[in-house]
Amino acid sequence: MGLMVEPARRAAAGAAVRVGTERRALRFCTAGSVDDGKSTLIGRLLYDSRAIAEDALQALAGASQRRGEALNLALLTDGLRAEREQNITIDVAYRYFATPRRRFVIADTPGHTQYTRNLVTGASQAELALILLDARKGVLPQSRRHAAIAAWLGIRHFVIAVNKLDLMGWSREAFERAAGEMRAYLGRLGAHDVAVIPVSALLGDNVVNRSANMPWYDGPALLEHLETVAVAPRGGACGFRLPVQCVLRPNLDYRGFAGTVAAGRVRAGEEVLLLPSRRRTRVRSVAQAGEAVAEARAGEAAVVTLEEECDLSRGEMIVSAAAPPVAASRLRAALCWMAEAALERERAYILMHTTRATRAYVERVEHRLEIETLAETPAEKLEGNEIGRVTITTAQPVFCDRFADNPETGSFILVDPHTNATVAAGMIEAAEGEGGRAGVPGERAARAGANIGRARREARQGHRAGVVWFTGLSGSGKSTLARGLERRLFALGCRTVLLDGDALRRGLSNDLGFSPADRMENIRRASEVARLFYENGCLVLCAFVSPFRRDRAFARQGIGRGRFFEIHVDCPIEECRRRDTKGLYAAARAGALGDLTGVGQAYEPPQAPEWVARTAERTPEAVVEELVALLRARGLLPDARTPRAR
Amino acid sequence: MATAAPTLPLLLRELEAEAIYIMREAAGQFERPVVLFSGGKDSITLAWLARKAFLPAAPPMPLLHIDTGHNFEETLAFRDWFAARYGWRLEVRGVAEAIARGRAAEEPGPHPSRNAQQAVTLLDALQELGSDCALGGGRRDEEKARAKERIFSHRDAFGQWDPKAQRPELWRLFNGRHHPGEHFRVFPLSNWTELDVWQYIAAEAIPLPSLYFAHRRRVFERGGLLLADTPPARRGEDEPAREARVRFRTVGDATCTGAIESEAETVEAVVAEIAAARVSERGGRLDDQRSEAAMEDRKRQGYF
Repeated sequence: MGLMVEPARRAAAGAAVRVGTERRALRFCTAGSVDDGKSTLIGRLLYDSRAIAEDALQALAGASQRRGEALNLALLTDGLRAEREQNITIDVAYRYFATPRRRFVIADTPGHTQYTRNLVTGASQAELALILLDARKGVLPQSRRHAAIAAWLGIRHFVIAVNKLDLMGWSREAFERAAGEMRAYLGRLGAHDVAVIPVSALLGDNVVNRSANMPWYDGPALLEHLETVAVAPRGGACGFRLPVQCVLRPNLDYRGFAGTVAAGRVRAGEEVLLLPSRRRTRVRSVAQAGEAVAEARAGEAAVVTLEEECDLSRGEMIVSAAAPPVAASRLRAALCWMAEAALERERAYILMHTTRATRAYVERVEHRLEIETLAETPAEKLEGNEIGRVTITTAQPVFCDRFADNPETGSFILVDPHTNATVAAGMIEAAEGEGGRAGVPGERAARAGANIGRARREARQGHRAGVVWFTGLSGSGKSTLARGLERRLFALGCRTVLLDGDALRRGLSNDLGFSPADRMENIRRASEVARLFYENGCLVLCAFVSPFRRDRAFARQGIGRGRFFEIHVDCPIEECRRRDTKGLYAAARAGALGDLTGVGQAYEPPQAPEWVARTAERTPEAVVEELVALLRARGLLPDARTPRAR
Repeated sequence: MATAAPTLPLLLRELEAEAIYIMREAAGQFERPVVLFSGGKDSITLAWLARKAFLPAAPPMPLLHIDTGHNFEETLAFRDWFAARYGWRLEVRGVAEAIARGRAAEEPGPHPSRNAQQAVTLLDALQELGSDCALGGGRRDEEKARAKERIFSHRDAFGQWDPKAQRPELWRLFNGRHHPGEHFRVFPLSNWTELDVWQYIAAEAIPLPSLYFAHRRRVFERGGLLLADTPPARRGEDEPAREARVRFRTVGDATCTGAIESEAETVEAVVAEIAAARVSERGGRLDDQRSEAAMEDRKRQGYF
């Protein structure tokens, strides 16, 4: 036999093995309070449908025996050591099984309140939620919480399985009491498809096989229902959306935009709109896996090329020209708060939406959902595992639809910029686009304002435009370097502008404080000013503490590639403190300044700066010469020997 | 190049689209991703999908093989052929070298496993390559600890997995943000089953090492498994060898990967065999039988 086997290609594997591959899998999650028997029910479902391999069964029998138990089906899904030790489920376990009628993906989720974030994880992937109730206890607060979260996350199909009826003498009354209460609750949450089934997960009644113990129930067993339930596609009417994941450039003549179609479909020749540039163009080709196809539909991974050469990158979007999304910087959203620490207003988070990430803060908490009553009460903040409605402001616009219209472009997460933890799941209910649909008036006005193009100005003045952005702790030497560099560039005959943090704070930004949100706004203003001067051909020197990477990325993004120079003015904080040019460190020490960067607030050092200026080791004059050399090497200044650039 | 033509069954088309989406997210969110490549069918499928994800461009990532020194010869020859055939940059880092450098020590006992040493070598390799993301072919249906893992799975600066503090993973919004020194394991095949992988291999005509198909070789029994009589397996005098017709369901180290007696010589025959199988894939792995939480413990320490 040879080294490898390269089988003859065929359309698909033989008919015998195609069972189950022509139909979409049903994804469902389990929900319910702790000890209601979720893991046991899933174990029973797998066991009775013979979806468990022999060696897994043997291992299970062994593990059960060591614990002095009969076959413990919960151990099939409780895979983590801590879960087995405590007899609880901590994280979502995914299980895959198939019957001749359907394939299933189960997300078995934990019941403990502290692990609610894991329920949210499981529910966001599911089309159906299986809510388990213990017949002895009825509907518990955590059952309600799970049902509410599942409904808010857009799940429309529910199954209520009332468990442990073997312990209640197979009582119809106990079943109807628990099922009725939950059905009414789900009804108020707007769920339209709710099935109720009496079961015993422990003994297997009505799980896979119909029960002989409950003659009063004549509906299907759980598996039968899951095999046959019709699942409606999510989302309503929504035009074509393709968030760009990455740009493919195998050679200079090809620029393909790779992404998964988030809604609608696209064909070659169709007119599309690019966001945020609002440029209109036509689709030249649509490909999948390197081969041209007639069209790509929602859910398919595609590569699109455009008729004209367009600047479009990750985080931007190709959309239907006829039905574009809203370009919004204010969002009203339902929010599941998942962190232990409460949601803080005015604090900066990272909002991740499709392939775009932008800085954002919660402007207002409007309501909190009371799980027991489903009443929405006014609230100031959201605590861990609470859900409510909020208004969010974003630094950059996001191109979105309502969650109800398209979950792909209607959902987002919030990330804590310091811990990088995912702290909230958001579902967009309304979006404000200032100028209506896809309207970004600020941007349009600025772009339209270029009366004489930058290239023409550069050609006349003999040097190119650029932005040199100095970032670092207070006292690290940003202003000294910026001023030194400006004098040097001025002497070389360059048109320069100096933007200094302190000067800006006294004028343009004198309405702002030092909270992260205010710092973000301050940098946004500085970035806009820098961009205006840049577009007018100037070399702009900016000296700002600018502690957050996101803000600096925002400043960079408005400037052309190769024209933005992030200079990390790197000086040990002990040295900055010793210099204390403005007396800020002394004030912080005295307790008068709680939010000084490096003391009360974190500084995020640049990950890939164009230059690192170590001012504790080198003189300002030496650094300035290095920067001049850098600008020369990058083509912004003419070569020293040829007085004028071409 | 094979394509996701409409001939691919719907379910495989969806799994393929999901895997491609995940790989493009990894390429978009991380600085220097690598594809972990073992020469096993899952990592071959992963590399196949990675190629498709970025066509007509080349995948923006190399293949990385952590060679335990206990591999089957066929696996290594296939690895080199595959990389050359499809134009992949291949990085190989060896456990033997890590042991020689004193970064790892051979496990004591007559039949040392190199799983733990493999983790050290992998973490060193990621650091050396400056990689902040390792794409792996792990699937949730393989093992109960894997069933709990996120698609974008965070590792701290020591390469460790903390199963109790996993980030929520919502919809298709993967959060790959990390601090310097930390990295992510990304699993595009999370939602595939063993049978899905084989059906996809059949439909796409993906080449595989010959180990996966029935062949004659000398084997012996250890711990209820059939091991190949190769030098790394160190067959003892009390372990008689015999000739048998076998194939392998998983291809890992020759010291711990069990063969099964089989007549399946083609992909179709293998698919039929798996569809009827009553023993799980990792039932043939001695390394998983060490304890109930063997995989979780290895993963916590930075294993694949």
